[in-house]
Amino acid sequence: MSTELVLYDEAGPRTRRRILIGSIAGGLLLLVLAFVVYRRLDTRGIFEAERWDIFTDPEVWEAIGRGLLATLKAAGAAAALAAVAGLVLCVLRTSPSPLVRRPAAVTIELFRGLPVVLLMFFAAVVLPVSLFWAVVIGLVIYNSAVVAEILRAGIASLPRGQTEAAAAIGLSDLQTLRLVLLPQAIRRMMPTLVSQLVVLNKDTSLGFIVGYFELLRTVQTLQFFFGDRYLFSFFFVAAGIYILLNVLISRLAIYLERRGSTKAAGGGVPRALAVVAAGTGENV
Amino acid sequence: MNAVFSNLDLYWVGFRTTLGLAVFAGLIALALGTLLAAMRVSPVPPLRWLGTAYVELVRNTPLTVVFFFFVFVAPQVDIVVPFFASAVAALSVYTAAFVCEAVRSGINSVGVGQAEAARSVGLTFPQVLGHVVLPQAVRSVVPPLVNVLIALAKNTSVAGGFFVAELFGVGKRLTNAYSTDVLAVLIGVALCYLVITIPAGALANRVERRVAVAR
Repeated sequence: MSTELVLYDEAGPRTRRRILIGSIAGGLLLLVLAFVVYRRLDTRGIFEAERWDIFTDPEVWEAIGRGLLATLKAAGAAAALAAVAGLVLCVLRTSPSPLVRRPAAVTIELFRGLPVVLLMFFAAVVLPVSLFWAVVIGLVIYNSAVVAEILRAGIASLPRGQTEAAAAIGLSDLQTLRLVLLPQAIRRMMPTLVSQLVVLNKDTSLGFIVGYFELLRTVQTLQFFFGDRYLFSFFFVAAGIYILLNVLISRLAIYLERRGSTKAAGGGVPRALAVVAAGTGENV
Repeated sequence: MNAVFSNLDLYWVGFRTTLGLAVFAGLIALALGTLLAAMRVSPVPPLRWLGTAYVELVRNTPLTVVFFFFVFVAPQVDIVVPFFASAVAALSVYTAAFVCEAVRSGINSVGVGQAEAARSVGLTFPQVLGHVVLPQAVRSVVPPLVNVLIALAKNTSVAGGFFVAELFGVGKRLTNAYSTDVLAVLIGVALCYLVITIPAGALANRVERRVAVAR
């Protein structure tokens, strides 16, 4: 908010009038555009009741529910496993011994540099596992590397005095990490970690490509079963569910960030860091 | 191993297609994303709302769903284009939202005093942004932008699931043809991706370090 008032003055009466006129003109233009789209859809009967009557059938909702459940199950399992694996990778990556640190660094780079869908496909055709586990393994491999890097950034952001104080009272390296650095890093990075959950949740839809029956694949199957005229309706319901789910998780991340920055008891993220975390381009 | 070496030409085609997708989608996403970022910091409220709505909508939609829209839903309203074009459209629309966020956080990282000083000498909003804020924002925008583009390069793999014969699509086809040599085929594909992503990541790190020193 503050930036916006720094970049330009509070609008005066003339500018306000011009903005109003421009907004109305732009709004009208958008309305015309929306109308064109509406006409285009309407001539193909998108808004007719027979395109949407399918949703009065409880069995359709049951099927969609099963797809959603499959998505959530994969996301949940992957998130839990990625958190543990990411923590382990982070401990290895920050080890003082290069013999441990280097291989961990290479592993992380490797895991981060590969497309998730390739990892899923790899697991599906090479490993003797079900499609569910193929999807989960693909997600865990990528996200554990990301979690490790997020935690490492969190540790790096802590004041050096934390490590020095831990050394002064005689803690070993591992104790320093476990008792002093990680608890603070995890709290600091909580908003970023939760944002990563959105990425993970979105990536479950890659299961569509390897043939796992998650929400999108379920919806496509329903469309094959009930006919093409329901394609639009099914697509919008599926997209709506994804967006709703992810918006809820994003809101949680924003809430945690606000709470963290007001209650700064060791857990507060410095403002600059929070801004950087929001736009690092890692959460694509 | 044979499956890899006797199909090097297919790999090359896939690699080129992947690069093509990344370059085309990257250029469009950069342009669209910068425009969105300018909208999001502009003095005109409806422009801000439009920019915010776009970013929030797209950021919370899985890329697969965006692809699904362009490949399966758009033809329903007679928008029929080649699969490659659909893939470029899906990747551009998706990536633009993240480009916007990277640019916007870069704008936020420029010191408040800079904009204040520019305004106090009488520059207008476009001048403040164009002559003072953006040139400085670019420095801190480059590393996250490179990260977004790396993610884009990896995301092109989704096109392989939607009828485009890029690297992942080639890999899928070859695993069907050589069911005994699956491991070699897929490791070959993985190496091709790493050839793109790891040097780009190293570049991002170097730029980041340089910027950090310059501050």
